[in-house]
Amino acid sequence: MSTGQNTKYMSASAQTAKVTMDTALAVSAAILIGTLIIAAVGFAAPEVVHSAAHDLRHAMVFPCH
Amino acid sequence: MLGGGLAGLILGGMQQIAVVPMILEAETYETGGDEESEAAPGDEAEVEPWAPEDGAERTFWTVLNSMLVGIGFGLLLSACYALRGRVTWQGGVLWGLAGFAVFNLAPSLGLPPELPGDAAAGLEQRQVWWVLTAAVTAAGLWIIAFQPKPYLKLFGVALLVLPHVFGAPHPEVHGGLVPDELRTSFAIATMLTNAVFWVLLGVFTALLYRHFGGGAEDPAAA
Repeated sequence: MSTGQNTKYMSASAQTAKVTMDTALAVSAAILIGTLIIAAVGFAAPEVVHSAAHDLRHAMVFPCH
Repeated sequence: MLGGGLAGLILGGMQQIAVVPMILEAETYETGGDEESEAAPGDEAEVEPWAPEDGAERTFWTVLNSMLVGIGFGLLLSACYALRGRVTWQGGVLWGLAGFAVFNLAPSLGLPPELPGDAAAGLEQRQVWWVLTAAVTAAGLWIIAFQPKPYLKLFGVALLVLPHVFGAPHPEVHGGLVPDELRTSFAIATMLTNAVFWVLLGVFTALLYRHFGGGAEDPAAA
């Protein structure tokens, strides 16, 4: 996500024409942070994290146990 | 962030009412038959370190995590809005439904909602399949929705089907410790609560994205 920012910008602008460099950066940041949060809550292995998020993992149909 | 937190809070509330009681009920079966549940090749440590106390503490952590996961998915939706340039609240409903399809529906076609005590294949295999299925489904839906050419749409459909043709990792022995009725109602409850969560999340994030002048602003602010 950090490399090829320009290429990403070009191809994205070819599709939507409205995407600016700022948006591209913000989108990358949002995707990165969002994915990190979901990975931490839904998939992180440490027992403490698992215990805290256990019921949610089951309820959201994440693989658990 | 706000929209995700709010939808997550509502999700947490719904789960406490509809879903968590079933998890707790299933756990009574799990602890009643530890030997069988250990047969599932999980990598869990034998000694259990910290775990929240049942009751208020456990509820607190579950709701907190619901809000976190709401924020996480909300950020992903906002990123989609920014890529598309604009969004309406009706569009938010569709985005929410797409999110439900990608993150709940498609994975649970291969890996049915699990209750504590269910037999299942190795955790890492299932997590890998889950992530790949979500990614491929997202790509497929995106292509179907935004690519005008029919043959590309067909490719999108193929992407949707692919993970299920390949097949999810399954345990050698099916079934678990909980009665089938409980598992069925658990599946229905999770699907319903998650569908409501996703639609609300889509609408909230879409409205907030517009409110904060979507496009110019960092979507993280929405």
